Amino acid sequence: MDKTPNQKAWFLVLPVLVLVAFSAVIPLMTVVNYSVQDTFGDNEFFWAGLEWFEEMLGSDRLWNALGRQVMFSAIVLAIQVPLGIFIALNMPKKGFWASVCLVLMSLPLLIPFNVVGTIWQIFGRVDIGLLGHTLAALGLDYNYTNDAFDAWATIIVMDVWHWTSLIALLCYAGLQSIPQAYYQAAKIDQASRWKVFRYIELPKMRGVLLIAVLLRFMDSFMIYTEPFVVTGGGPGNATTFLSIDLVKMAVGQFDLGPAAAFSIMYFLVILLVSWVFYTVMTNLDKEEVR
Amino acid sequence: MARITLSNLAHSYFADPKGEADYALKQMDHVWEDGGAYALLGSSGCGKTTLLNIISGLVRPSQGRVLFGDRDVTDAATSDRNIAQVFQFPVVYDTMTVRDNLAFPLRNRGMDPAYVASRVNQIARMIGMEAELGRKARGLTADAKQKISLGRGMVREDVNAILFDEPLTVIDPHMKWELRTQLKSLHREFGHTMIYVTHDQTEALTFADRVVVMYDGRVVQIGTPQDLFDTPEHTFVGYFIGSPGMNLLEARVEGNRATVAGVSVPLSADYGVPRGRVQIGIRPEFVSLTAAEGLPVTIRRIEDVGRHRIVRADFNGTGINAVLGEGTALSPDMTRLVFAPERIGVYADDWRVSPQGRQPGRAA
Repeated sequence: MDKTPNQKAWFLVLPVLVLVAFSAVIPLMTVVNYSVQDTFGDNEFFWAGLEWFEEMLGSDRLWNALGRQVMFSAIVLAIQVPLGIFIALNMPKKGFWASVCLVLMSLPLLIPFNVVGTIWQIFGRVDIGLLGHTLAALGLDYNYTNDAFDAWATIIVMDVWHWTSLIALLCYAGLQSIPQAYYQAAKIDQASRWKVFRYIELPKMRGVLLIAVLLRFMDSFMIYTEPFVVTGGGPGNATTFLSIDLVKMAVGQFDLGPAAAFSIMYFLVILLVSWVFYTVMTNLDKEEVR
Repeated sequence: MARITLSNLAHSYFADPKGEADYALKQMDHVWEDGGAYALLGSSGCGKTTLLNIISGLVRPSQGRVLFGDRDVTDAATSDRNIAQVFQFPVVYDTMTVRDNLAFPLRNRGMDPAYVASRVNQIARMIGMEAELGRKARGLTADAKQKISLGRGMVREDVNAILFDEPLTVIDPHMKWELRTQLKSLHREFGHTMIYVTHDQTEALTFADRVVVMYDGRVVQIGTPQDLFDTPEHTFVGYFIGSPGMNLLEARVEGNRATVAGVSVPLSADYGVPRGRVQIGIRPEFVSLTAAEGLPVTIRRIEDVGRHRIVRADFNGTGINAVLGEGTALSPDMTRLVFAPERIGVYADDWRVSPQGRQPGRAA
């Protein structure tokens, strides 16, 4: 059959283009616009070129926030991925308890971010919070408003509580798709529990695990609401992650130019890391086949 | 290698089975000889996979014992039974190479690496995958994966039995024939007890020395392919085996005569007066067309399948098939069917009646 070229087909993608333009491209362009100009109010702008970018790249503030951000994402992933897999492996496969587990696991995911923050903010308070008060009563010197380590611990535990379910549920779905025959064959082959995990379960979970890690990386790298509610970025700057710093700069100090330059670099970092991550994972997949 | 004894065995998937209908596997007693090649044949849902899983230990029977040789293995775990099983769909370890896949059952048992290497090569040659040994199993075709599964099933020499659960379902037809032949020659060479589950009669009849026909959770007959053809013990065996299957007609039997819808049909022996629902069965191969005597029928269709012709006839709403050899003459006035008397089987409530008039218990 001959295919007749018909350029009118481009009109069919027009609605999507318009939608994406309004939802993403135009807002992004306004940010770009701010990042290369300076203003003293009254809607008067002066060309600043790459000055803001140079200033941001030279400032310790951005690099420190980035360092904290990378550390936070790394810790959170290092805890949540193994823990999520472990939970998924130990969830009941069917029956009443499987449903109960699924509901319980989904609950944290349904709670709005700022509510999660508020819950932990109160939960961790030394004077009235169940956790904080208990720890204090046990003689531990715990106070997330004073101590940087305590603040980090609180936020990490909170994030683990909030998001491990996502990884567990995705892995659980992956595990459920493994036909029973694989486990039976493994029994017949006298494979140990570890080998069953290593050669059957892990390979079958690979696809969902890739998505899970990618989602968790992006989300943790962009985290704002929960630490903002719990610690407000403190004590000092101890939990000031990139997005918190960005908001301080843009809304608090109203430094629109530097903040815009910051945003663009922030966006590019996430884009780059996600791309590298995805490419590496899919390439590993291809190499396996060879 | 071992003789397999199923003693008083039954299984229900319900925790608290009420009646016989709740049992996926009705009570049975069988002894399967060491080194035999058995095929479990039956339509889907007849309990053959359940029986296989009981033998492999993946399912624990609700009642009865399973013995390998003299050892009671009813409560033994699959891994302790020293059996191999090949499943309907290929089970391969995707991230391993073909070589590691084949070596896996041996390495898990701590076999000597030199032995493992030589054995793996031997099996690879057998399944024709020597060239792919170093390749990852992922991305291979379903055919190739199932060959690996078969290879993994046969890699251990000391197994008590090798169980096959419809292993050739996903294999291409020409490959099917080749693998089946290979399995057969392997069986001759190593003498493993092999149990092969299938719903394909050709597969069962070509592979097995003895075919175990199952129907509705029950073993209805165990016999050589010839037995199943000549003397089906149950009407199910009659119409399930053969292409087309046995013709079954409602009849009244008195002594050595059967009456089918008012037409008298001579039998070769005295069957007395069997009780229950009485049918006579005749294989299409022993039905011939005549113009003069026999059952008057309407010929609906004649199919020429090359070596023979199949005549599809209608008698009072019941279909009767006849298979005619190539040389047999056929003319439009031949609208009556005659059955070879010595080939007619008499069935009461689906079970074969022997000529003396007594019912031989359930087929053994």
